[in-house]
Amino acid sequence: MNKVFRHYIPATTLRLLPNRWDLVALPMVIGFLLFFSIGARETWAPISSLQSEIISLDPANLPEYAMRTTLRMLAAMAASLVFTLLYGTLAAKSRRAEKLLVPVLDILQSVPVLGYISFTVTFFLLLFPGRVLGAEFAAIFAIFTSQAWNMTFSFYQSLRMLPHDLEEVSSNLQLSGWQKFWKLDVPFAIPGLVWNMMMSMSGGWFFVVASEAITVGDKTVMLPGVGSYLAIAIQQQDLHAVGYVILAMIAVILIYDQFMFRPLVAWADKFRMENTASQAGSPESWVLKLIQRTRLVQRILRPITRIVGRIGNRRFSLPRSTRTVMQSSPATSRIIDWLWGSAIAVLTLYALYHIALYMSSEVTFDEVVHVLSLGLITLARVVVLIVVASLIWVPLGVLIGLRPHLAEKIQPLAQFLAAFPANLLFPVFVIVILRYQLNPDVWLSPLIVLGTQWYILFNVIAGASAFPNDFREVAANFRIRGWLWWRKVMLPGIFPYYVTGAITASGGAWNASIVSEFVSWGQDKVVAHGLGAYIAQSTAAGDFPKITLGVVVMSLFVVAFNRAVWRPMYAIAENKLRLN
Amino acid sequence: MNIYTEHTNASPEIYSLNNVSRAFGKGKDELQVLSNVDLTLREGEIVGMLGRSGSGKSTLLRIIAGLIQPSAGEVRYNGSLLTGPAEGVAMVFQTFALFPWLTVLENVEAGLQALQVERKEARKRALAAIDLIGLDGFENAYPRELSGGMRQRVGFARALVVNPTLLLMDEPFSALDVLTAETLRTDLLDLWNDEHLPIKSILIVTHNIEEAVLMCDRILVLSTNPGRVVAEIKVPFAHPRNRLDPTFRQMVDDIYALMTDRRSADASTGKAELKMGSPLPEVSTNLMAGLIETLAAEPYNGHAGLPDVAERRLLEVDDLFPIAEMLEHLGFAELKGADITLTEAGKLFAEYGTQERKTIFAEHLIKHVPLAARIRQVLQERNGHRAPRVRFEQELEDSLTEAFVEKTLESVITWGRYAEIFSYDDHTETFSLDDVEGSV
Repeated sequence: MNKVFRHYIPATTLRLLPNRWDLVALPMVIGFLLFFSIGARETWAPISSLQSEIISLDPANLPEYAMRTTLRMLAAMAASLVFTLLYGTLAAKSRRAEKLLVPVLDILQSVPVLGYISFTVTFFLLLFPGRVLGAEFAAIFAIFTSQAWNMTFSFYQSLRMLPHDLEEVSSNLQLSGWQKFWKLDVPFAIPGLVWNMMMSMSGGWFFVVASEAITVGDKTVMLPGVGSYLAIAIQQQDLHAVGYVILAMIAVILIYDQFMFRPLVAWADKFRMENTASQAGSPESWVLKLIQRTRLVQRILRPITRIVGRIGNRRFSLPRSTRTVMQSSPATSRIIDWLWGSAIAVLTLYALYHIALYMSSEVTFDEVVHVLSLGLITLARVVVLIVVASLIWVPLGVLIGLRPHLAEKIQPLAQFLAAFPANLLFPVFVIVILRYQLNPDVWLSPLIVLGTQWYILFNVIAGASAFPNDFREVAANFRIRGWLWWRKVMLPGIFPYYVTGAITASGGAWNASIVSEFVSWGQDKVVAHGLGAYIAQSTAAGDFPKITLGVVVMSLFVVAFNRAVWRPMYAIAENKLRLN
Repeated sequence: MNIYTEHTNASPEIYSLNNVSRAFGKGKDELQVLSNVDLTLREGEIVGMLGRSGSGKSTLLRIIAGLIQPSAGEVRYNGSLLTGPAEGVAMVFQTFALFPWLTVLENVEAGLQALQVERKEARKRALAAIDLIGLDGFENAYPRELSGGMRQRVGFARALVVNPTLLLMDEPFSALDVLTAETLRTDLLDLWNDEHLPIKSILIVTHNIEEAVLMCDRILVLSTNPGRVVAEIKVPFAHPRNRLDPTFRQMVDDIYALMTDRRSADASTGKAELKMGSPLPEVSTNLMAGLIETLAAEPYNGHAGLPDVAERRLLEVDDLFPIAEMLEHLGFAELKGADITLTEAGKLFAEYGTQERKTIFAEHLIKHVPLAARIRQVLQERNGHRAPRVRFEQELEDSLTEAFVEKTLESVITWGRYAEIFSYDDHTETFSLDDVEGSV
């Protein structure tokens, strides 16, 4: 199984150094959010009613709901792929675009998805007034924002690392840009892209559950799906229904794993760059084999692959003469550089101006201080829980990873748990907290790592499984045991894997805080102190300035935390502790 | 025998390079790779480009392919100025450069698709090329399933299928084992001599002198720093050539001598003495000790011809020259033409045990490598006997580009550590005299 999960560093962590372009990207992203929120507030009123379907708790409806939820996921994935190909290509091929697009992407992936869902719901409802389609788009957009960024990063980075000889061969063979894109760029990026797609999908279940049932102010939007079913179950305090929805989700994830994930990973194996057949054996999928070996399926697919192949083989390029003309002289190029730089500067200043204006009119200084202190509380919660989760899962992961037979059985389970939307389990915790009158500040905290801790576990298992046997034999030969063994042998060996898992886990934890610091069961609400609760409550109250403030502060915390903690750790893992 | 060789001068010109220069980087970091190269390629000949690493021969090949633009001078292809990737010029790569996700057949077809050749026609031509190059039966294999030799055959088929005028080969056999390389060379020569190939001319870049003499009608020798054509040699032997023929051996030895002659091999320095800002080669102390031991032992007894050493030790020019030159810099050996002689110090080194070797190496290092002496001196003068790496980086940057500064420092660190004249901490990037005997 761990062959399926080859070790890929999440693409988003590879950009190590912040630069002055961050100063541009941050105001721009925040400015964009503001634009959304101002627009949202002004237009919220006219929408009087939204026809939403009635969600029934009858378990017979669950297959249909699960299907609709899955379709939303797939639609978002399709959108993410298109976005990835366009944005990634633009960023990699255009020097000028790159300078802006990459920092913007970096900031975007630090913005908590669930924080701005209220803006997007409003926006899309406006686009399709009075119709469910708007809400559908809003949900899909929310999932899209949880999936797209790391995929785009991965694609962009692959394009930047194209093997030099293959690039040369492409121009020597006179391939057009379009042909090169399909013959070299995309195939080369596929292994990394598929891995990131899988991570995105697995994170996406959480957001689809959270985004199907949204309450903003006095408006509630419910889309038929697993998430809405859960919301109604919570509202009606129906524990049986919660059980059904958990079962349904388990089934969905298992089916998706067999029919999408594995075939895709097995197929992507052919795009590996190593020019040697792998000794360990390639990832396998019975579904893929079925497709490849069944004549009927092949016959149906052949016209499609042929058409796709033909499109990829078309040149779609300008005639040679025009191409040479378009290469501008250094002087003109400098002028364009200068114009481009000024345009960005003006736009940034404009965004800054609006942020300042907005802040001064809507938000008091005390409020900002208050929100910052809430941010510190949530930060403490994230740090403590990542540490606790690490203390539990690192030793266990190592013990499992060193036993191949055990690892083979546990690894799929860990991956399943990582994909399972933890918010389905929240009601169970809430009931316990309510029953025993526990302190929510303490007992709600575990919820923020409930879903994401598994990333630590399965990455550590993968690291321990990949740990070279030579080193273990050396350690045994020199009788290195106990604490010394952990400190000098095993922990440095799995560190790069651990960092990968922990980065994913902590990123997920920030997002999860929005749904886990403010939870309900029927009419009972359990609230912990923290930034997540602040955003969730502001959303429920439809208070857009406060939502914006909360989202901005959380983004700043995430960005600062990544720069201060994860990137240096990642740099250490990359430079000093790599095993190959 | 190739019917064209005797009429080389009369054959039509395919390519002409006029005063071509190429530099990389800008300003202080500018590195002149090629300088004022003139070159003509004619129909019916195989031309070899010989040079040591850093002679810019691969850059020159890419300029001819139109993959890199020259910084000065002009390239004419069939009489007209070349501005982009040249049509009708196919390239074979040292790394094979096959698309791992395409089958053999798809790899060969790739170039035809770019030319918009009709699908059926493309399939027919690709199969014919695969057939010609001896890959029948492997059409549906992926490159990773093939051996190195088979992969390079795919590279040849892909280049030949587009019916190129000129075939460019960038060290096409150097990633292959000796036997496989020989088979491929012979097969290619047979196809060429029997006029089965659609190409008019071949240009092959190599650092293997024997390979050049074996295959080419004309050999151009390039100098390093910057690259310049320093000699043009006609190879008059008929195919198939016999490596053991005395005239063949003589030509190989002559070219060896030519390439060892420092005035032609390195255009810029031309003298043995190292200066503070001289770039230092990446030659490990193990390699130096190994060569000294080889030279001191039977059958050489302190004196040898480099081609002979290279042949016996299965080394190539690129591997051997830098070691030999470094020994000369350090005063352990003397070079004359293609001959190398150990000095007294070199002979002593060969006899010594580990600790004595370190002592004599340290003496010579400080005496002959000014950078090593400077580091040692700075460390002794400073309080605490430490100095950051960046201090020497800055000093070197006056005369070297960034990449060379890195390499040079790496080399001097390795030698200094071996000689125990200073120590270096990679985490803190500082030099010090910690743990160095007799330092204070």
